[in-house]
Amino acid sequence: MLILGIETSTQQVGCAIGGHEGVLASTHSSRSKRHAETLIPSIEFLCRSARVELSEMGAVAVDLGPGLFTGLRVGVATAKAIASALRVPVIGVASLDLLAFPARFSPRLIAAVIDARRGELFSALYRQVPGGVQRISEPAVGTADDLVSDLLATGEDVLLVGDGAVRYADRFQELLRVEIVDRGLAHPSARSLVQLAHARALREDWVPSWEVAPVYLRKPDAEINWAVREGG
Amino acid sequence: MRSGSARVILGIETSCDETAAAVVTEGSVVRSSVVSSQVDLHARFGGVVPEIASRAHVELLTPVIAQALIEAGVEDGEIDAVAATYGPGLVGALLVGVSTAKALALVWDVPFVAVNHLEAHLYATLLEDPSLALPVVVLLVSGGHTMLVAMEDHGRYRLLGSTLDDAAGEAFDKVARYLGLGYPGGPAIDRVSVDGDPSAIDFPRAMRDDGYDFSFSGLKTAVVNHVRKHPHVVTADVAASFQEAVVDVLVAKARRAAAEVGARGMCLGGGVAANTRLRERFLDACVEDDLHAFLPSRSMCTDNAAMVAAAGWWRLRAEGPSPLDSGAEPGLGLPLLVD
Ligand SMILES: [Zn+2]
Repeated sequence: MLILGIETSTQQVGCAIGGHEGVLASTHSSRSKRHAETLIPSIEFLCRSARVELSEMGAVAVDLGPGLFTGLRVGVATAKAIASALRVPVIGVASLDLLAFPARFSPRLIAAVIDARRGELFSALYRQVPGGVQRISEPAVGTADDLVSDLLATGEDVLLVGDGAVRYADRFQELLRVEIVDRGLAHPSARSLVQLAHARALREDWVPSWEVAPVYLRKPDAEINWAVREGG
Repeated sequence: MRSGSARVILGIETSCDETAAAVVTEGSVVRSSVVSSQVDLHARFGGVVPEIASRAHVELLTPVIAQALIEAGVEDGEIDAVAATYGPGLVGALLVGVSTAKALALVWDVPFVAVNHLEAHLYATLLEDPSLALPVVVLLVSGGHTMLVAMEDHGRYRLLGSTLDDAAGEAFDKVARYLGLGYPGGPAIDRVSVDGDPSAIDFPRAMRDDGYDFSFSGLKTAVVNHVRKHPHVVTADVAASFQEAVVDVLVAKARRAAAEVGARGMCLGGGVAANTRLRERFLDACVEDDLHAFLPSRSMCTDNAAMVAAAGWWRLRAEGPSPLDSGAEPGLGLPLLVD
């Protein structure tokens, strides 16, 4: 089965097509930030270069976040529309899982970290398991200092991946035994997305397109302010 | 890609707080028009919250489109083009509609058409009354816009005037909030005004006989001052008198514009066009001045996707498809003629 993967949770726009034979083609445009403008032409280009038709896709995989809200919505809306028009299911994968996956050969504790802006980070911790990584903490939003103290408390060697790790590198250097993976792995990759999605497709671990929603991890500001005003 | 002979258009509208999809044939036959309003999600905040609107669009749009296709009784393969509003509006909200429309167009291998929301409002009036007698003067009044436009032909508009401060709908919202009538303000004021005396208070009619621009901020201040000075005034009288002042200015300017451009008809469009008093006075003016009145039903006044599909059909005929690398244009204006 062929899977189209769509990844727009950071400032990068990525898409890939993969199946039993692995990843057939992928595109990444970094620092584009113009997700809506870039995504559909990228998918068109991808199909042409992989010599496949969209109608051959058996599922659509999408990065559900957490990440930048506007980018996420462009990716999720596009994935839902393509899947509903093709009448195929959707496989949603967390952005942090995508970041951690390429680090699966490391025996260290893996922290996937995405810049959430406003001085905050989205993060989750992972550990190597046969064939991949396993998430050992729920994705959370907090400051770099919060994360540093969590990591210090583990007393373990830590491998940090993601644009959040790069941005706050100086804070994380305070940790005794830490390594920050460089920019090459700073963004979730669409290649990882179709690889992870393919394993799930084999188990039919997917949902209908109308059930797919982004993972924001943050309430809209208005609701936060409202709760504060109401003393809630 | 099928293009030239496009007949059946799927329209998508997500510029503000309505998630809408519709199927329209040949720019005039509405086969379905589904609108899912988010008004309840925003009511407690007293206005539309962009982030909440964007989140709701992602959730609601796919089912709304599915519903529109089912109600129209068309199969995916019968859709000849997909049109979506790309501006003006809330950028995050617009992007959901544009992304969805482009994705559907790609899978179905049909043209995508980026539609101007203001132009779509003009087409809302013409959808229900195809006896287009040009030129017409269009009064477009909503929460975001107050414009007087001369429409000379399809796609040929001349802006005569617009608001210098608040949009008409904004003035309704602000005054309704001040009077404690709730949100949205337009329908609230419309409702209580029925029991009020529109001539109870003589509120100012800013610039009524002067040019085609509008100003409503002075009127809003006059309402506040009046209530402060007369704390026991009947709220219904204040609401009715305020509404009368707004309607007076809107109708007076539209009539004067119609006379000046030699219009054969007057169109009313936008959310505020659902206001009962404005509809009455607008219709009276058209009868008196012997003009064809284009008065859309209330469901066509508020944001919907049938108007987007109709405007998309005309755009496609005139200019062909929009590129798939189109994005949203939150600050888009009406494509105007230059003198
Ligand atoms: Zn509107």
